[in-house]
Amino acid sequence: MNHDAYPDNYIRGILNSVKSIAMVGASPVNVRPSYFAFKYLAQRGYDMIPVNPGHVGKELLGKPFVASLADIDRPIDMIDIFRNSSHIMPVVEEALTLDPLPKVIWMQLGARDDAAAAKAESVGIKVVMNRCPKIEYGRLSSEISWMGVNSRTLSSKRAPAPTQGMRLSLNRMSVGGGDTAASDRAAKNKTEQS
Amino acid sequence: MSDRLPGFSTLAVHAGAQPDPTTGARATPIYQTTSFVFNDADHAASLFGLQAFGNIYTRIGNPTNAVLEERVAALEGGTAALAVASGHAAQVVILQQLLQPGDEFIAARKLYGGSINQFTHAFKSFGWNVVWADPDDIASFERAVTPRTKAIFIESIANPAGSITDIEAISTVARKAGVPLIVDNTLASPYLIRPIDHGADIVVHSLTKFLGGHGNSLGGIIVDAGTFDWSTGGKYPMLSEPRPEYHGIRLQETFGNFAFAIACRVLGLRDLGPALSPFNAFMILTGIETLPLRMQKHCDNAKAVAEFLAGHPAVASVSYAGLPSDKYHQLARKYAPKGAGAVFTFSLKGGYDAGVNLVSKLQLFSHLANVGDTRSLVIHPASTTHSQLDDAAKVKSGAGPDVVRLSIGIEDKEDLIADLEQALGA
Ligand SMILES: Cc1ncc(COP(=O)(O)O)c(C=O)c1O
Repeated sequence: MNHDAYPDNYIRGILNSVKSIAMVGASPVNVRPSYFAFKYLAQRGYDMIPVNPGHVGKELLGKPFVASLADIDRPIDMIDIFRNSSHIMPVVEEALTLDPLPKVIWMQLGARDDAAAAKAESVGIKVVMNRCPKIEYGRLSSEISWMGVNSRTLSSKRAPAPTQGMRLSLNRMSVGGGDTAASDRAAKNKTEQS
Repeated sequence: MSDRLPGFSTLAVHAGAQPDPTTGARATPIYQTTSFVFNDADHAASLFGLQAFGNIYTRIGNPTNAVLEERVAALEGGTAALAVASGHAAQVVILQQLLQPGDEFIAARKLYGGSINQFTHAFKSFGWNVVWADPDDIASFERAVTPRTKAIFIESIANPAGSITDIEAISTVARKAGVPLIVDNTLASPYLIRPIDHGADIVVHSLTKFLGGHGNSLGGIIVDAGTFDWSTGGKYPMLSEPRPEYHGIRLQETFGNFAFAIACRVLGLRDLGPALSPFNAFMILTGIETLPLRMQKHCDNAKAVAEFLAGHPAVASVSYAGLPSDKYHQLARKYAPKGAGAVFTFSLKGGYDAGVNLVSKLQLFSHLANVGDTRSLVIHPASTTHSQLDDAAKVKSGAGPDVVRLSIGIEDKEDLIADLEQALGA
């Protein structure tokens, strides 16, 4: 894989197929990028697991923190590493001891370790470096276009309405005005005549 | 869709737009609303905290404007864009992100007269100090760099004389100085020149001109090339430092290669307020769909008119980079091979009076202060757009007293030449 420029289909394939994502370095501080990304991906339906030894015993948006990848009780499809480049290798080495192996290792915007990437790729794990999954999801769905961002995608199809598949709400406020004095009189005249 | 890069005309029609999810409307709807309902309190908080993508209030963003932003970002090859109320507003918003009071920026001396005024007077009162350099002398940019320099500003094709700027040479100076290069690409439009391909870090447009193209709507836009690293040395605190306006978020860290466009939106547009009307965004978007067709016709007509003027006995000189004899012809061939634009100047042997006489006799050309309209336009810069400059500065910026500026429209060139011929002849 050329880690300078990923084809959209590579990123799209990853985001369309992974279900569970362990986020290493997830922060409970709500102005940190990892918090934004965690929340966004959870809202898009991914099974998110926060990994941070400093916060074990606490929860991130209702998900309990775990200390390390080894402490996760279910197979993880993707590891999203929110650490800077110098801390990537040990996380990748730990990931390679998991059974089953993760399918994807993703390093956050600004993080890149080519040696760690090569190690993961040699056992068939897909690697993405120096990207944010929230931004990529927003870009490929064109949701990020609300911010004037160039999604580098085109479509002539109608986007699915945000409510599709949901029941339409019947709970709208009803207002008066269907019955008027004239309609009441007409109804009364009718009963009197019959 | 595979990753093949669509052509310029395809992007001009499609980029950023999609059938409306609610109604299926194919043309981009005009979302003429001030504000947008939140799903719930958490959604509102996420939007205000920049944690979620979405609409809040039209001073910060609007779905019609967003289509325009993505479209221009795609045409320029940038990562993101921000549309604002005018080209001048765009310039204020850009420099607000880059300069603190007491800082400097270097600007090419050959600029739209309104920009020269804005930089000299309005920006001075903000403590943003302009240092002028000569785009024909690249070393003058190097000499102007000081530790307080925060940006370099040039026009790709300069108003009024249509001279072509050596973007790559100046981008080398900017890179060495560690500051972003801002290119005003108004007179070229991305159809003729894409400054990002030549080293620009930020592109700015007056959408009022060729992009909107019909002389009916003001607008401006800022395009982030995604090329500049804002994090070094705390030089650009709006981007690199925790922002108190947003509970300590660092924009570069959070938004990566489109952080500058976000800063312009959430720190510039939000707080200074020059929002673009969604109606204007719609008009400009409609204009952009035909940009490639119009721009080629503008250029072809301009070349024919310039050739005619160059051969006319009443004309002293023509400054149009599309003419092989022009000083800027080699730069035009390099940067704008499809055409050298449609705004240029010429001077009359009869001087100032002959210029005034010409303007009054023209029947098709409109005498007004704009460029980049479907209609052909004429003006005498020394008494209008450049009137606030002193005589020396007028000559330096290419607007001496004997100079007439044309903006060539998309009429039939034979009719434009006939109009000039009758006005010059009598
Ligand atoms: C090259 C250039 N830049 C900027 C502007 C300012 O744009 P606006 O009038 O949209 O503020 C103009 C307007 O004439 C221009 O010609």
